[in-house]
Amino acid sequence: MLKRDLIIRSLRNWFHSRGFVEVQTPLLVTAPLPEASIQTFRIEGAARAPGRPGMPLDLYLAPSPELYMKRLLARGMEKIFQISPVFRREENGSHHLPEFTMLEWYRAGTDYTSLMEDCESMLRFIAKDSGITPPDMDGHYSDFSRPFMRLTVAQAFEIHAGWKPGPSPDPDRFNRDMVEKVEPGILSCNRPVFLTDYPASMASLARLKPSNPEVAERVELYAGGMELANGFSELNDPEEQAERFRLENARRRKIGLDPYPWPEEFLHDLKQMPEAAGMAMGVDRLVMLLTGARDIREVTAFQD
Amino acid sequence: MYESSDLRKGLKILIDGEPYIITDFQFSKPGKGQALYRCKLKNMISGYTMDRTYRSGDKFEPAPLTESHMQYLYNDAEGYHFMDTKTYDQVMLTADQVGDARNFLKDNMEVDILFFEETPIDITLPIFVELEVTKADPGVKGDTATGATKPVTLETGHKINVPLFIEEGEILKIDTRTGEYVERVKK
Repeated sequence: MLKRDLIIRSLRNWFHSRGFVEVQTPLLVTAPLPEASIQTFRIEGAARAPGRPGMPLDLYLAPSPELYMKRLLARGMEKIFQISPVFRREENGSHHLPEFTMLEWYRAGTDYTSLMEDCESMLRFIAKDSGITPPDMDGHYSDFSRPFMRLTVAQAFEIHAGWKPGPSPDPDRFNRDMVEKVEPGILSCNRPVFLTDYPASMASLARLKPSNPEVAERVELYAGGMELANGFSELNDPEEQAERFRLENARRRKIGLDPYPWPEEFLHDLKQMPEAAGMAMGVDRLVMLLTGARDIREVTAFQD
Repeated sequence: MYESSDLRKGLKILIDGEPYIITDFQFSKPGKGQALYRCKLKNMISGYTMDRTYRSGDKFEPAPLTESHMQYLYNDAEGYHFMDTKTYDQVMLTADQVGDARNFLKDNMEVDILFFEETPIDITLPIFVELEVTKADPGVKGDTATGATKPVTLETGHKINVPLFIEEGEILKIDTRTGEYVERVKK
């Protein structure tokens, strides 16, 4: 707990020294991010529908602060960060909890390459500022001093799985090879690895690469045997974004899940959002990385 | 039926007609897509281990396992024999199946035998057992350092480390989960 405090303090120091503003956005939301693979906690009839007397409205515990943070960018904020609890149903394991702490940061006027620079600088700063250096994890020693390794998804699959995923690979094959071959391959590397340029079909809220629309400008950071952070050059085309949300909700219906409410306000504000990049990092996992914990429950105060 | 979200360490499931126990488990969401459950599984009969990756939506049959309280009778060239004290049914486990439990197994001891359908496959000892010391060297005089231990031989033939004051003929309480000495039992 003491180390957790030191790490989070250093994290805030890093952001504040670079002119970022810490923000707080709602945790109880009317329309969460419409994604087929993220399950939320729904609170039935938690509010009244505005302008419709007597109509109950369901609210959701936020699975991520992403939509609200982008609305702040649309309103003119340029460098923002937030450290907040987020909630995801059905995520439970040694690296997952249904309630965990997320760090998200956004920069207007940049793309995903700036996020990678941020990660390198941030991890080095935290290790120095907090005085905590990451221990050796089964040889996954995370050496922050050397430049982090950068690999595209296509390169990583060619090396570790022996095939090259196109713009829309079979999700089953892709995911299976990702966890069984690619992740063990890159996690055996003795320094953090950025995996970049995901197939376009896995873009989520990322922009497609202008020079190669078969891939999305998305990056994941792996360190100390874990996936630590996920970020992208943000898609700011409301029409393309709406189309992707429709697809996600259609996927939800297909697998027997309720579609999420339409995030009207977000899509409205997205018209004003400048070019930007944003990243989400698991704070509990960051503490695990720096303290050598093997289970996320070792770095949270209560386990019941 | 279990769903993939029920998967966890220690769960016993049926795969291709054989019982497996999950010995290691990792939840994963590669590429923020579908949830995957990586499991290390151990066959509860052969001991064979394998890795399997399951998806959300996969279903699993619980392994049909039952446990019976039985008494240990004797061992011979074939294996270790146990009897159900209510029905007088007798069953046998091989030396491999009994494994390290043999170190603390004493005639007439009450144990739990695990059955897969009708076949006995595993043994669980009581958490604490009491066993007599059959051979102990006297502790070195003057050595009073805390934590100093010496090896003694139990009536089962197994050797364990105990405090220096333990003598031959004494009865010891042993934790079978760790195989360690707990305390001396008053005669």
